[in-house]
Amino acid sequence: MRRITRLAAVATILPLALAGCGSGESGDGGGSGAAPSAEKIEISYWLWDSNQLPAYQACADAFQAANPNISVKISQFGWGDYWTSLTTNLVSGNAPDVFTNHLNYYPEFAGKQQILPLDEFVAADGTKTDAYAPGLADLWVSADGKRYGLPKDFDTIAIFYNKKMLADAGITEDQMKSLTWNPKDGGSYEKIIARLTVDKNGKRGDEPGFDKKNVEVYGLGLDENNGAGVGQQMWSMYALSTGWQFTDKNPWGTKFQYNDPRFQDTIAWWRGLIDKGYMPSLAIARSGTSVNDGFGAGKYALSTNGSWMINTYYGYDGVEVGTAPTPVGPSGKRATIYNGLADSIYAGTKHKDQAWQWVKYLASADCQKTVGDKAVVFPAIPEALTIAEQKFAAKGVDISAFTVQIHENTTSLFPITDHAGDVAAIMSPAMDAVLSFEAEPSSLSKANDEVNALFQ
Amino acid sequence: MRTSTEHRRRAGDLPVAMVFLLPAAVGFAVFYLWPTLRTMYLSLTDYSLLAPPEWVGAGNYERLLGDRLFWNSLKVTVEYVVINIGVQTVVALGMAVLMHRLTRSGLIRGVLLLPYLVANVVVALIWYTMLDAQLGIVNQALEWIGLDPVAFFGETSTAIPTIALVNVWRHMGYTALLIFAGLQAIPKTVYEAAATDGASEARMFWRITLPLLRPALALVLVLTIIGSFQIFDTVAVTTKGGPINATRVIYYYIYEQAFQRFNFGYAAAVCVALFAILATLALLQLKLLRAGDSDLD
Repeated sequence: MRRITRLAAVATILPLALAGCGSGESGDGGGSGAAPSAEKIEISYWLWDSNQLPAYQACADAFQAANPNISVKISQFGWGDYWTSLTTNLVSGNAPDVFTNHLNYYPEFAGKQQILPLDEFVAADGTKTDAYAPGLADLWVSADGKRYGLPKDFDTIAIFYNKKMLADAGITEDQMKSLTWNPKDGGSYEKIIARLTVDKNGKRGDEPGFDKKNVEVYGLGLDENNGAGVGQQMWSMYALSTGWQFTDKNPWGTKFQYNDPRFQDTIAWWRGLIDKGYMPSLAIARSGTSVNDGFGAGKYALSTNGSWMINTYYGYDGVEVGTAPTPVGPSGKRATIYNGLADSIYAGTKHKDQAWQWVKYLASADCQKTVGDKAVVFPAIPEALTIAEQKFAAKGVDISAFTVQIHENTTSLFPITDHAGDVAAIMSPAMDAVLSFEAEPSSLSKANDEVNALFQ
Repeated sequence: MRTSTEHRRRAGDLPVAMVFLLPAAVGFAVFYLWPTLRTMYLSLTDYSLLAPPEWVGAGNYERLLGDRLFWNSLKVTVEYVVINIGVQTVVALGMAVLMHRLTRSGLIRGVLLLPYLVANVVVALIWYTMLDAQLGIVNQALEWIGLDPVAFFGETSTAIPTIALVNVWRHMGYTALLIFAGLQAIPKTVYEAAATDGASEARMFWRITLPLLRPALALVLVLTIIGSFQIFDTVAVTTKGGPINATRVIYYYIYEQAFQRFNFGYAAAVCVALFAILATLALLQLKLLRAGDSDLD
């Protein structure tokens, strides 16, 4: 009797371990017939950036006023939850009709037929795909030539600096605009990073007697996120300024180039800053707060980050913030990743036509001007960008450090490839190991082999 | 205590018994049995989540044996479980005995349970912020007493112990309560007899409390160890498996394979391996600790 009870108890407890693993069911894709026009149709729309929610709610309000038969229900999730929720909802067939998509994720979704190609709609409505800042629309055309999104915004990388620390160090804002960098000695960029670093005794990083073990303010912050194989706001602007590229071709490259000496020398220089005491160790960066909060608390004088973070950096109380473009590298040019978002339609949507109407509106000058007016991101349509530029200026933010690279044509596309999830899973621990000095930069060649094996 | 009538149940009770068992049985079948069987099936397939599964036989298991990261995740998880369960059981036992022997206050018992009432993710995030190397309040305190700041979550050597201890903090009150329930089943007369014989508190603990608590403790251990092996949320909101692979515990590895890399079939195989490990462990524990027998008989 007791033996049986005991076994039953074990049998009850154990499946707990498995219950989380087996709930995946393939969605049936749902119907796709056009719904009757008299009824009011609700379209669900997801985005991840809470800063942008009011702007898109304003777009939705205008859209609903113009299309009384369609209502838009917006849901917002944090970046991390967003992709998990989206994936599980795609699997269970409950994904939103329209959602904000990212270049890192859409190839996977397109390849698995989870999002609709927009070509038919675009052709039928004669929608212009050349209304956007150069190059943005091309990002959303997959390897087989189909379009999976219409651009809504773009982002680039720049340096945020603490104005007071700059003044204390005797560095002018003009100096910040003409920085140069190379992987050997770091150029004038490393000199100002050293100058801006201050130890507990008040000695600066470029002064004799500087104590690198007890640093009060680091010249340059280190991101709490692992940039994995992209390093968008971490190291890509240095590596790309050497002339190096992520892949053999972009988009849709099939060979990564992490074995290139230009890339490995860049990483060696970058982690060298930790050794010199100019940048916090990986352990410190990962121990709790974000790089932007560290900047806001006065622990970092400079911090490289994306244009989507502008309002966060300028929002810290008592910190006067300025921005400068990333330094000019050995290629004689600056560099930044040029990334853009777009809206995609879920392949299983029951309201294809209404979803398209909404996507078309999101990509229109009308909506993008509304978004530009809120000054949260850079809209993809140039005339809407002009509005954003003025509104940012009214808030005391000069966005030219971000846009100069577009005018000077020094941007590089975000690496768009298949297997992005696998590449990140391989590169993330490999980069960690190098940054924490447990492996040499040359070990990245081995990671590169692993990455390239994915494409065989 | 057992009577012979217990063994000769009337067959007429069966329909009524079935009615009472049905809800639990349905829940068990739908939420545990079916997912378990499906996981076992998926572990034999190549399944990318968004396309139909393809049969690969034992392929995933072959890959598992040679997967350095799988073995690393097992090692990291075991390290976590040993620290987590070791510290937690000792602390919870101490707390339970104190509750049992010293206080009858419901308030104190309630306070001990408080951390358990806060959501796991919130607990993790609060500790993550408090333990930050530059801005965390804990490191401020360390600095005041003249110690160097420690990057608790950031160093490969301290990340797992930190996560284990944060979860000890959250679960110790709950575990103490479970043990406390076991303590209350020990007849007071035994302690009274011991007191009359002049036994000290320490002697009573080692000679009466611990032996008589064994069945309850065994069950608590089985439950907490299985729970401990499933550490996920704290890792997911703090270290995300890093630095390097220092906190890539087995559940996080499964999650990564399934939902970030879309290797659902392989993730299912890791699930089944974990299932086998936990089943063996639970049976072994119950057997060794003779959880079914009480020394009170």
